[in-house]
Amino acid sequence: MLLGPALFVSAALFTLGVFGVLLRRNAIVIFMCVELMLNAVNLTFVALAQRLGVAGQLFVFFVMAVAAAEAAVGLAIILAIYRHRGTVNLQNINLLKG
Amino acid sequence: MNVDLSTLDLSRPGDLLIALAPELVLTTTALLVLIVVAWRHRTPQDLRLAGWVTLAGLGAAGLAAWFLWWQAAHAPGIAAMIAVDDFRFVADWLFLGTAGLTVLVSFEYLEREALLVPEYFALLLFATLGMMLMAGAQDLMVLFLGLELMSVAVYVLAGINRRSAAAAEAALKYFLLGAFASGFLLYGIALVYGATATTNLTLIGVQVATLGLQHNTMLLIGLGLLLVGFGFKVAAVPFHMWAPDVYDGSPTPVTGYMATAVKAAAFAALFRVLGEAFDAVPAWHAVVWWLAVATMVVGNLIALAQRTLKRMLAYSSIAHAGYLLVAVAVGTAVGSAAFLFYLVAYTLMTLAAFALLAAKGTDGERDVSIDDLAGLAQRRPWLAFALAVCMLSLLGIPGTAGFIGKWYILVAATATGQGLLAAVLVLASVISAGYYLPVIMAMYMQPEPSEQAHAGMRLGRLGAAVVAASVAGLLFFGVRPNRLLDIARTSGASVRAAPAVSSDAPPAPREPTGR
Repeated sequence: MLLGPALFVSAALFTLGVFGVLLRRNAIVIFMCVELMLNAVNLTFVALAQRLGVAGQLFVFFVMAVAAAEAAVGLAIILAIYRHRGTVNLQNINLLKG
Repeated sequence: MNVDLSTLDLSRPGDLLIALAPELVLTTTALLVLIVVAWRHRTPQDLRLAGWVTLAGLGAAGLAAWFLWWQAAHAPGIAAMIAVDDFRFVADWLFLGTAGLTVLVSFEYLEREALLVPEYFALLLFATLGMMLMAGAQDLMVLFLGLELMSVAVYVLAGINRRSAAAAEAALKYFLLGAFASGFLLYGIALVYGATATTNLTLIGVQVATLGLQHNTMLLIGLGLLLVGFGFKVAAVPFHMWAPDVYDGSPTPVTGYMATAVKAAAFAALFRVLGEAFDAVPAWHAVVWWLAVATMVVGNLIALAQRTLKRMLAYSSIAHAGYLLVAVAVGTAVGSAAFLFYLVAYTLMTLAAFALLAAKGTDGERDVSIDDLAGLAQRRPWLAFALAVCMLSLLGIPGTAGFIGKWYILVAATATGQGLLAAVLVLASVISAGYYLPVIMAMYMQPEPSEQAHAGMRLGRLGAAVVAASVAGLLFFGVRPNRLLDIARTSGASVRAAPAVSSDAPPAPREPTGR
């Protein structure tokens, strides 16, 4: 596989995730965009590992485990906010303002 | 014990276990607490049981860290996953101490708010464990895992009060922004790995120096993304917008913990990464310089506009992150000593201030305004005195630890020719008088609005002990800072010394015992 295109694709995916987080207002969609960012990084690691050795591939497994733990906690938090407010739209979630 | 701890070989399992003793003790305790609370999680007694087990574990881990420090544990030889140096042990004490004080404050708070969730203590232990791994990480992989272990536990702690809509909102904001920041950090790690073919901090430093990667585009982008990730974690302007809301909505002991230990851990990791891996890259100095200036100015200016005490303290903690960034930006041996000293002072004063706030309010303390403190000095003179000492120390009045810390940061900045940075720091401190002093004026110069104004303010024995210990520490280090500064200086220097490991020469012999 060519290293350059793989890095370009992962950079594009990462940018897409960043813009998704910044522009969307639904908590679930924002969370999905964060996951997209993490998986873009995974792609970078796998692509680099072809040239630089196995450490990059090891890193991917750690990232996947961490992302799973984050998803468990994150979805529970989103559920908690839905119970309180009846919505997961961040525009309607504004008790804390300063 | 006849093992020579000054020549640990981390590739041997036995030596690795010794080097990781504090972390292992804490892991065991955390699992023990989890098992205990699986059966006993209904009454206040169960809460106390979990809390005391937690305190015992923290104490044992602190003892292990102290033993390693006292024996001058050191791991010469090839670069490993975990650092064995004074910086790590001193940072461990800071985290363990903060966690211990937080546990003591939490006892009364959790019972008063009817939060019978002993899992709280297990989460606190896991978060502390993550911090210790962050401060000791010699490899970006360990750093990332420690950061996530800490963050995931603190996301839950922020929303531990499930009856409070504000706490749920705080947890959601913290989670989304925290995960976002982790993404940046991780991409930064990936690009640094791509540029240097390693994730080990020491080896990155060696690669950068030998291959001349100072201006490598991939490395610089990776470093920039790392700084963005850390900027979110330490709440530096312009990555601070989550902090006031999250600090505001979380239960107050958790807020105190987030504002001190979580921030300290992120700073310790940032300090080690910049010092060991990127010492040869000049680019980050300018970036951190601007971050420090923006954080000091914006944090202090917005804090002026706050009416409630909790949000004011939140913005004040942002401003203090700016002062700490000055010490990071200076980046010399003097800077590292000032950095550690200020970290200790900041932790003590902020923790005590939040403990006092927790005693004053109810339901998350979001409603306590500065005017609500009017006349506190007549009704509760000791509490008013303690809060006044915290405010004066945060402001940096001579005689308190806050002053000494700021003084050393200023000395370090001017000694390295960063006069402008020092001037901004002084100006920012002057601005901060505009929101610290009104608290003292309200307490001492305004009359009580009514007889019952402070009737609801309750600080139990344990909370009072925490506040008294913190205030005593602030005054003591304000008058006699030498011993703490010596420890800060040697441990700060231990981070700098690490890159020399690459050579085959044996390390300089050190006194094995007798500090």
